[in-house]
Amino acid sequence: MPVTVHIPTPLRPYVGGRDTVATSAGTVGEILERLAGEHAQLRAHLYRDDGRLRSFVNVYLNDRDIRDLAREGTRAADGDEVSIVPSIAGGAVAVVTALPELTHAEILRYSRHLILPEVGPGGQRRIKAARVLLVGAGGLGSPAALYLAAAGVGTIGLVDFDTVDATNLQRQILHGTGVVGRPKLESAEARLQDLNPHVHIEPFPVRLTSENALEILRDFDIVVDGTDNFPTRYLVNDACVLLGKPNVYGSIFRFEGQASVFHAEAGPCYRCLYSEPPPPGLVPSCAEGGVLGVLPGIIGSIQALEALKLILGAGDTLVGRLVLFDALKFRFRELTLHKDPDCPVCGSNPSVRELIDYEAFCGIGAAPAYEGPEITATDLARDLRENPDLELVDVREMREWEICRIPGARLIPLGQLPERLTELDGHKEIVTHCHKGTRSMRALEILRAAGFSKVRSLRGGIEAWATEVDPSVPRY
Amino acid sequence: MRIAPDVLAEIRRHLAAAYPTEGCGLLLGTRGPNGDVVVRRQLPVLNRRAADGGGRTRYLIGPEDFLTAERDARQASLVVVGTYHSHPDVPARPSAYDTEHAWPWYCYLIASVAGGEVQEERVWELRDDRSGFVERELEVKES
Repeated sequence: MPVTVHIPTPLRPYVGGRDTVATSAGTVGEILERLAGEHAQLRAHLYRDDGRLRSFVNVYLNDRDIRDLAREGTRAADGDEVSIVPSIAGGAVAVVTALPELTHAEILRYSRHLILPEVGPGGQRRIKAARVLLVGAGGLGSPAALYLAAAGVGTIGLVDFDTVDATNLQRQILHGTGVVGRPKLESAEARLQDLNPHVHIEPFPVRLTSENALEILRDFDIVVDGTDNFPTRYLVNDACVLLGKPNVYGSIFRFEGQASVFHAEAGPCYRCLYSEPPPPGLVPSCAEGGVLGVLPGIIGSIQALEALKLILGAGDTLVGRLVLFDALKFRFRELTLHKDPDCPVCGSNPSVRELIDYEAFCGIGAAPAYEGPEITATDLARDLRENPDLELVDVREMREWEICRIPGARLIPLGQLPERLTELDGHKEIVTHCHKGTRSMRALEILRAAGFSKVRSLRGGIEAWATEVDPSVPRY
Repeated sequence: MRIAPDVLAEIRRHLAAAYPTEGCGLLLGTRGPNGDVVVRRQLPVLNRRAADGGGRTRYLIGPEDFLTAERDARQASLVVVGTYHSHPDVPARPSAYDTEHAWPWYCYLIASVAGGEVQEERVWELRDDRSGFVERELEVKES
């Protein structure tokens, strides 16, 4: 009496519709191999490409799972029954349906990709099928979007609600002089479609919020974070964790940049690295601290590279690794990141199970960091005319002072203010100002703590002065 | 794939209740020689990934559950014709993980669930060459 192999319903079409197949004795491994040899189409469903049994293919000898016996070395004797029993696994991650074909024009355009063994036609079709969302069409988003569009990423989503400002053009290479004042997405879409008409651009001209983030992100496979502020960075991270999507992270400041891939299913997330945001005002933004224009070109290109590797499944991604780049020293350093089991969002017992109010979480908005009376630029212009004793203190840095200044102002950089308080007359009315109003509020706090009572801060800084009062003052 | 409204309603109730974890189960019915599938019953199955914390984006129906389901099906002269599961907060399209772990022949009913409410159901079947899924029509109708 031979060995009987029970075939589960889904595999019966490959063995002529039979529910059992008779075969001779041997190990379970030999029997399955023989079966796959006789029915060629069966092989792909039983074995992985590397020749090992697929994890969801369970094999029983009579009533015992062969994993509890000698696995594929388990011997089946005449009269024994071998059963193939399915288990079914699945779940929501990156979306893959049948891959799209490449047109002749695309084959020509992507020829340098197609001849790479790591890409090839299959990889290029995966790139074409991919949907990548870029949060921010600014410094990081510009190079990332350009390279991803050039590479043929089928659908590129762009989230940005801003308009192009002249100060953007030093680094945001998606945009040009002719579109200053126009929405960034308008100029981004035109540039990317000109670069590659085969890709589809999905613009989202909105601010990413807790209310719309899941809705926007859920239809994409990969998210590239090109944001410049903490609330949005935490929002993007948490939404990616909740949706199980990889988040390609980059950030830049002055001459230094960072990049990583946060994918909670495979490694740590941004909160495993920084569970809490820094206190508001501690870390200056690029608008306050400056950034070398080439730097986002380097970091944004790293983000595009990592997104493509994730799509292709090629190489070693930055999952679990944080790359630090110092442009002045020209040094790349790498830190190993570990998943935090107590991470509030991707840990084993998460406290964050839905999106929260990230402005409040980062201490912005509802509870301002420093309170104090402000004065508008127009009111300041009037007060300066009417009150010759009014002391205007510019707390910016010397290099900013060299760019532009308000006539009559005295320069005391914020960092020097505590030691130079004696230079100020406590009986006079004082107005502090900086570039856009943040540092000046901190100066006001310092002055009040030192006993100065008649202190106000110029709302919107010299930027507001240049736009509202004196257009001869250059904006930067 | 045809399914009766009350069977679909049961599936919706199960998946909505499982949110934000993925819910899963098996579809029992008949499959004709031309591939027509009629679902007669749904059988909720415990998601074996819910216990280890992976249940938000993964589901697993173990072989024991499967054997039980096949026994139940046989008694009712039915077979397991497919499976259903939810995608909490993501569309009702098969993921790469679904494709990697899929069986041919079975119908995969995927329901997207947002905020505890089923948004839509779609039905998919694996291609013979495992290159991806093809969508099948879902017909909600008494049979």
